[in-house]
This record gives sequence, C-alpha cells and structure tokens, in this order.
Amino acid sequence: MGIVSPGFAGRRRGGSDLPPGQYLTRDFPVLSAGPTPHIQPEHWEFTVTTETGEKYKWDWAELLALPAEEITKDIHCVTRWSKLQTSWQGVSLDTLLADVETGADFAMAHSYGGYTTNVPLDDLLDGQSWIAYEYDGEPLGPEHGGPARLLVPHLYFWKSAKWIRGLVLSDTEDLGFWETAGYHEYGDPWKEQRYAGD
Amino acid sequence: MSTNNFQDNYLDGNAAAGALSELFAVDLTAAIAQCDGCGQTNVFAESRVYVNAPGTVARCPGCDAVLLRVVSTPTGTYLDLRGLTYLRVPSS
Amino acid sequence: MERTAIRRRLMWQVATVADVRRETGTARTIVLDVPEWPGHLAGQHLDVRLTAPDGYRASRSYSIASAWSGGTIELTVEQVPDGEVSPYLVDVLKVGDPLEIRGPVGGWFVWKPEQDGPVQLIGGGSGVVPLRAMLRAAAGTSTPMRLLYSVRRPESVIYVRDLKELAAADQVDVHLVYTREAPDGESRVGRIDAELLAQYAFGPEDGATTYVCGPTPFVEAVADLLVAAGHDPARVRTERFG
Repeated sequence: MGIVSPGFAGRRRGGSDLPPGQYLTRDFPVLSAGPTPHIQPEHWEFTVTTETGEKYKWDWAELLALPAEEITKDIHCVTRWSKLQTSWQGVSLDTLLADVETGADFAMAHSYGGYTTNVPLDDLLDGQSWIAYEYDGEPLGPEHGGPARLLVPHLYFWKSAKWIRGLVLSDTEDLGFWETAGYHEYGDPWKEQRYAGD
Repeated sequence: MSTNNFQDNYLDGNAAAGALSELFAVDLTAAIAQCDGCGQTNVFAESRVYVNAPGTVARCPGCDAVLLRVVSTPTGTYLDLRGLTYLRVPSS
Repeated sequence: MERTAIRRRLMWQVATVADVRRETGTARTIVLDVPEWPGHLAGQHLDVRLTAPDGYRASRSYSIASAWSGGTIELTVEQVPDGEVSPYLVDVLKVGDPLEIRGPVGGWFVWKPEQDGPVQLIGGGSGVVPLRAMLRAAAGTSTPMRLLYSVRRPESVIYVRDLKELAAADQVDVHLVYTREAPDGESRVGRIDAELLAQYAFGPEDGATTYVCGPTPFVEAVADLLVAAGHDPARVRTERFG
C-alpha cells in the first residue's frame, strides 16, 4: 500500500560501486543513539576479555606505541548512506589479538556509553578491522567515536562501534544493541543484510 | 567541520509519538514512565529521544539509560520496553 | 483483519494538497484535504512519508499549524539545509499532489480549551508552528495568551500577518525577540534571557502553563530559565526538534 510522491527522488542513489539500496554522501553524517561520551585519552582503556575470563588491557600510550596502519576504505551505513575512500589511521586487530589466547568464534564490542555490537571473531582478523584513532589526518572527534572506534568497513557501519572500550570473546553468539532490536546479526552490505531474516 | 554541540543531538518523547501510534491505541507522550535504571519518573514526552540512528531510542532524562527502542523493518516493528519499570497511562 | 475499536492505531492515509502559501524565504505552509481526519488538538503533530518511484522512503514529523474547525489542516515546513524531506515539501510539492500522512499524534504538548489559567507560548524559529495552532484554537475564548517568539531577523518571521491580526485581539500579546538583526526602531538583539522573561512572560505567580518549542538547545535554555525563575516544572511543557 502507499503511493509514490510525485517528483520525489530521495537522495541520489545507486552507482556501480555502491552496495544495493545505498546512496552516496560526501559529508559524514553523525548518527547517535545516546549522549556523546567525552573520554579523555588519558582515561581511555581497551580491554579484551576471553571466553575463559582472561583480560588483556591497553591504555592510550600503549595503543599508540603499537604499529599503526593507514586505512582507506568505503563505508556503508544501514540508514543507506555510503561514503567512498574514507581514510583512517589505527591499529589492526591482528596486532592487538596476536598474543590473545582464545578459541572463541564470536566477539561482542562494548563502548563507553553502553553501546554493544556483535561481530564474528573471524571478521575482526586478517586485515579486516582496526581500532582507529585518526580520521582524515586528524584525531578522531568524539562525534565520530573518538578517541578511538572499532572500524569493520566490510560490514554495515553500526558494527564499527564508536567509543570502543573492549571486546568480549565468546563461544556463543550474543546479539548487540541494534541486533536485538531487529537488525541483522551479521550485516553484509553487499547482501543487503539490514534486518533480521534478510 | 561543524561546531555543533553533539551533546544536544536529541529530541524528546513527542518525536516518538508517530512510531508508537502504530503500536498503541493510546497516546504515550502523556504517560508517566518510570526508569528501570534510576527509578526516576517523568512524563514520557520529557524523555530524550534520538532519531538520527538506525531506530528510535528514548532515554531517561535523569540517567540517560535506555527507556525504550523502536525499530521499523519492512516486515514488522520491534519494540523493546525493558528499560521501563512501568508506563502509567492517565485515564481521560 | 478488520476490527472495530473505540480508539484505533494510526495508519498512513493519503491527503491532497489543497493550497500552498509562502511564509518566508525558507518556509511554506501547506494546506491539506484529509478525507478521514478525526480532528486534532492544538499542538499535535503528524508524520509525513515520501516514497520515490523505486520504493525508497523517508518520513518526518511536522507540527500542525492550524486549529481544527472541520475542513482542511495546515502544516508549515521550514527548509532544513541539506534536508531530504523539507526541500521537497517547500519547493516541489504542488496543489493537487497526494501526500501520505499519519496522525494526529501527541497528547502532552497540547492545549485544550477546557484547561485552566493563562498560557505562555515561547517559540524559537519554526517552533512557533504548534504555538500558532494554540493561538488559533484560543481565539474567541477567554484564555489570555502571550507569545514570545525568537527569530534571527525580521524576514525570518513566519505568520507575520496572522500574528498582527491575533495581536489585535485583547486576549493575545505577541512579543518578538531578534537574535541576529532587529528591524528599525528595535534596539535589542539577543537571545531570550531572565530579564526578558520577567518583562514579557507570565510569571510563576500567574499560574500559567508555558509551552516552549524550538531547537533542542533553545528549549533547554528557556526551560532552565523558567525553572530558575520559580515556574513549576510540571507546568512547563516542551517540544524539541533538531
């Protein structure tokens, strides 16, 4: 049911290099489901907790001391905007997880402010994800998830948790903030996995 | 870069009225909501609502805990009320 | 699955544009014919949904600008820079076009004629829209109403003629506040502050209900001023938009 609105095209969409249903944006929309946490780097900490309860921690100085990578990737938001060739700097999860002993299959990303999102551990490894702290050559601003956010650009951008605080590894897949409210548990933009069951 | 104060990037419970009207036959903006996190009660219209997101999220104006979430998908609407101890709908 | 209910859940319905009226360089009033409109209270709003030929949809919420007396309803839409829905409503939509709407919604930020006491309205920018519905609904009643309307500059004022006409009635008092540029003969430029509220708004002792509508920072600032001035928070009703 419903009608087509005469003369309404919506935002310009499509393009061969975009996943289905996405439109191109040049600005960087800010989405927020809560107040923006303002975390000072000196109070920032990143913790990986394994399925056995073992914890691995990095503070800000320790994060910056790790080898940094320049990342240039397209990003795709489930609200249908895509942004091409975004440039970031951060530390690969391969580096951070190199010495973590785990047999877990799943990770839950936890953020300052309480946000969560679930990602299979395999999707965080092999050069597919980073803890990013610079965007476009500048320190990552709080509105975009600074001081540091998870960056998993091959999945819809809600998986790239802003204000990242830690990963909890697990043998079983739990669902995160949006995934428990109807969004897809995996979120592949090329398969248009927006909602549960897609 | 814009100098917006992103802290202010919320609306209020009035902004959730449309989405909730698809689910409830009564208006919830005038309902009294108790936050399950901090116990504060407020008129639902005074809750902080975030709509620039994949769904609609209403938070307690006292402690910022999530009161309710609404996500509309092509096949249905998800409603999560677990952040509310109760909603008291005034009889009129 | 047809059911009969005393109160019903709201469904989308198709209205027809009966008229359009330019208000300012960036705002337009849209008059709608709605076949099954149940009537509304002043201050309520409705959702508008646009659908592109490929099925892409966008929806937004707009305050109803008119009081209900049967017939048509009016929306006033301010164009948001880089917006997706408002540019269509302000520049593209024309008389005779269909428009999908769902409403009316909201039962808190409303004024009812049977309510006791005077009414203070405080609007920032297009936050004046639901307040105009309240002014219209109160016209001809005995409820005293005052409007404090904060705008950037003289040409940003929506409902200029309407407000002049309303202000001519004894029961309504309209005061404009200019934040960037004032018209000739008006020296004050600046935001609403405690002094201005004390001078032009009903005080706590008047037992007024105050309605504040505007962008979130505007509403927060004004609501804080009102509570600091001794207003009962329960009598300060607010509506924020982005």
